[in-house]
Amino acid sequence: MSALVFAQQPVSFAERLRDAAATAFIALLLGVPMIGLTTVDQGGALRIATRWPALFAFVGVCFAGRLLLRWGIDYWRAQRQSAARAASAASAEQQPATSLLLRRAGWLALLVALVLPIVFADNRYVVDTATTVLIYVMLGWGLNVVVGLAGLLDLGYVAFYAVGAYTYGLLATQFGWGFWQALPVAGAMAATFGIVLGWPTLRLRGDYLAIVTLGFGEIIRVILVNWTEMSGGPNGITSIPRPSFFGLPFKPPGDEPTFASFFGLEYSPHQRIIFLYYLILALALLTNLFVSRLRKLPIGRAWEAMREDEIACKAMGINARNVKLSAFALGAMLGGFAGVFFAARQGFISPESFTFNESAIILAIVVLGGMGSQLGVVLASLVLVLLPELGRDFAEYRMLLFGAAMILIMIWKPGGILARREPTLAYRSAEAGR
Amino acid sequence: MALALQQLINGLTLGAVYGLIAIGYTMVYGIIGMINFAHGDIYMVSAFIAISVFTLLATFGISSVPLSLLVVLLVAVLFTSVYGWTVERTAYRPLRGSTRLAPLISAIGMSIFLQNMVQLTQGARVKPIAPVLVGGVDLLTVDGFTVHLAYSQVLIIVVTVTLMAAFTWLITRTSFGRQQRSCEQDRTMTALLGINVDRTISLTFMLGAALAAVAGVMVTVYYGVVDFFIGFVAGIKAFTAAVLGGIGSLPGAMLGGLLIGLIEAFWAAYLSAEYKDVATFSILILVLMFRPSGLLGRPEVEKV
Repeated sequence: MSALVFAQQPVSFAERLRDAAATAFIALLLGVPMIGLTTVDQGGALRIATRWPALFAFVGVCFAGRLLLRWGIDYWRAQRQSAARAASAASAEQQPATSLLLRRAGWLALLVALVLPIVFADNRYVVDTATTVLIYVMLGWGLNVVVGLAGLLDLGYVAFYAVGAYTYGLLATQFGWGFWQALPVAGAMAATFGIVLGWPTLRLRGDYLAIVTLGFGEIIRVILVNWTEMSGGPNGITSIPRPSFFGLPFKPPGDEPTFASFFGLEYSPHQRIIFLYYLILALALLTNLFVSRLRKLPIGRAWEAMREDEIACKAMGINARNVKLSAFALGAMLGGFAGVFFAARQGFISPESFTFNESAIILAIVVLGGMGSQLGVVLASLVLVLLPELGRDFAEYRMLLFGAAMILIMIWKPGGILARREPTLAYRSAEAGR
Repeated sequence: MALALQQLINGLTLGAVYGLIAIGYTMVYGIIGMINFAHGDIYMVSAFIAISVFTLLATFGISSVPLSLLVVLLVAVLFTSVYGWTVERTAYRPLRGSTRLAPLISAIGMSIFLQNMVQLTQGARVKPIAPVLVGGVDLLTVDGFTVHLAYSQVLIIVVTVTLMAAFTWLITRTSFGRQQRSCEQDRTMTALLGINVDRTISLTFMLGAALAAVAGVMVTVYYGVVDFFIGFVAGIKAFTAAVLGGIGSLPGAMLGGLLIGLIEAFWAAYLSAEYKDVATFSILILVLMFRPSGLLGRPEVEKV
């Protein structure tokens, strides 16, 4: 590869044109059946319709885009090469600086998160969106235990999210349990499901595990859709009570003491939104603290060791079964907590919210963020939640752009936005230390 | 008894379709070790191409069933292979040699992209077409229950068996097949022997897409309705089939497909139609518990 780079000649314009023409030809082939032709329903029968102008526009855009892209990449490569030659000497000191920078960024992010609802107290939309981001952050941190630390590929994480949400939904609507009573029970329930899923999959590795977890997620969803007596079927569970502030509900003033009347404040619906925001922030921060502490315990070390080399772990006398099951159970429990919060915040849950797409997005958050990186999860959640929000103006295209963005970010940074997959503990040889 | 025979026919038809899609998964997994999540959507794209071409042919007044089937098959295979090639070239090739999860995420992104692309360009509503191949034969009647074998089912089974034979020949006997198998074993060594690895991988994707295209056309003929979401469910089932049979093994993919089709048909007929997906996945989990590398898969030998 490096030999090729040094031998690189400036590419002639004719060559670029030929390359772009080839792209345009492929674009034409791709576009004819999808953009050029379409079928419209006309009185019960389909009729063919054509959109040639759109097709030619598409081909033209591809031609120009390819031309610019190739040129840009070549230019960028040349720039980077000369820059790399200049800076090849002073690269050794880079690592500690970025690590410090990351830590500062983490504290800064925490500060922003803390003051955000105060600054945007009147803007319900911002606080709501930030709450959604935090739910994904928490889910991402939970899945990070399974995928990032223990290295077990889980494509059905949404199942535990659903178990948590439905446990709270059922306990609250059927038995009148409160949010705080139900939280540990729902977490334990999700953890139990984690073990139930983990048990049969202990011997599986890699992609076999992926399909089994995916299947498990689908099983849970199909059961939720069809077991109408338990889950309400496709209609879901409605009027789930909202969490209260240590027993003080967020309601307009009435007979019993409410949050507003107890603190002598004027009632405002924003109070509940802001309370929910701080609630999920606290839950997420607890998760973060919990997971980062766990990483320093023997169990956390064992997860990371298991991710790197399972056979070596077994040879060292680590109980692979317990290590894997504990990762599944803990990850599931955190997902369950997030589910409880989700149910409490929405007040309504249905199987619609727990599809495979959700699992895919959570996994994407973990991988895009950089596996095992806590701050990366925050960044990726921000990107993945805000991207469709920003695209609301052209709502039709937002999922299209979402898919494209997932591909592009992966190509741009295959290791994730903050790729730092180094073990917490590492053996540094004397040579490297000097 | 009659019901069982009917479900056997239905299950075989369904299984043949799953098997055709599963081969695409298994080949791609065999050669570059990744789950091509967008494969189900490639199949969905082909079903839409089939709808368009059937409608186009009807507009031109071509009513001969064999001719229009042949034309649709050829056109769908051609265009869908281009889609297969493009997916590999844009979303997977830049990620070759990076972490194992990177192409998986990129594939999920591609799947979301394709689904929404089709939804935008072809509409979100379910598209029904006029039945292409109607009729069938009644095989036997027992206690008032008639076992019906539709011509479209015959078509699906015949086409699948023919394709399977051709495909086995292609992989085991031809020069391309040898290149493909050698890439599976060791890509670096294959490259050193002067084989264009990138081209072989591209061709593998195109072949997988071509088989998915056939499956897409067959399903369009069989069910007569298509929407942009069919790729997801079929993709998951086909992938389950590939894993059940042992991922990386071609006969395994076919066997897995048939098994899944039969399980679904019988479960839906005798137990409950709602829980047929639960049955499929539970059986997958059960099989993998006792045979972790699938029914026909080679057990992974780990070297330390």
